[in-house]
Amino acid sequence: MSDKEIVQRTEQEVSRPEQAGSEVLLRPAVDVYETEEGVIVKADLPGVSKESLNVQVDKEILTIEGTVSLDVPEKMEARYAEVQSSRYRHSFTLSQDLDTSRIEAELKNGVLTLTIPKREEVKPRKITVNAA
Amino acid sequence: MLGSPFFSPTGLLEEFDRLQKQMDSLLSTTWPGLTNIRAGRAGGFPAVNVGATPEEIDVYLFAPGMQPDQFDISIEQNVLTISGERNDPPPENARQYLQERFNGKFSRVITLPDDVDPERVEANYRNGVLHIRLKRQEATRPHQIEVKA
Repeated sequence: MSDKEIVQRTEQEVSRPEQAGSEVLLRPAVDVYETEEGVIVKADLPGVSKESLNVQVDKEILTIEGTVSLDVPEKMEARYAEVQSSRYRHSFTLSQDLDTSRIEAELKNGVLTLTIPKREEVKPRKITVNAA
Repeated sequence: MLGSPFFSPTGLLEEFDRLQKQMDSLLSTTWPGLTNIRAGRAGGFPAVNVGATPEEIDVYLFAPGMQPDQFDISIEQNVLTISGERNDPPPENARQYLQERFNGKFSRVITLPDDVDPERVEANYRNGVLHIRLKRQEATRPHQIEVKA
């Protein structure tokens, strides 16, 4: 078995638990923008509480995960559903210029705002051109 | 688990979905492009789930980033309308890479069963989900009929 095959196999095995129970993962709608200070990510995660939200950075990969919980009365039957899964997940790759140790996260009314500051040394500097 | 009637992987919903798709395809061959006049675009904002019990109808509107007083909810002739506006523009001087989140005015319309009592409606906004509970009228609830000897 070649190395490539092993890698592929491992990836398949790793990715399998994500589809556990054949539940489809929801990909939240996101806005991403950059200011001089850093990168801001906003994600719509309706139904996700602070307790069921998980934001983590692992080797330059930022992952947002959340589970929806609704107040459902007993014996309720679903009649119509546009949201048919309870799990949100989205990952981003980060670049070296971002300081992952200082990420701030705020969840308010189902909207997650992540502020990822730039490292001090890479903030844009105005370069003055001297006259000769 | 909370919310599980909507999310069970092999539940009735898939069956409904399959039937709905079958109906749609049947209808579309007879009347191409036939949809309910008030139906929004599937996948539009906000997403809606509807559930039912013998006592009530539960409407869930997935509308994050709002304030409770920003929703306009009305019922007229068994038609429930929820409208509002979400404005969350990026700061000035920001470079925008992705803009998928909805911005602007929205309105969703849901046709209710005939037995809903418009006087007994409750709405709660929590974690970005608006939950509207509409009680059914007492008289139309299923009840046991006693057989006398």
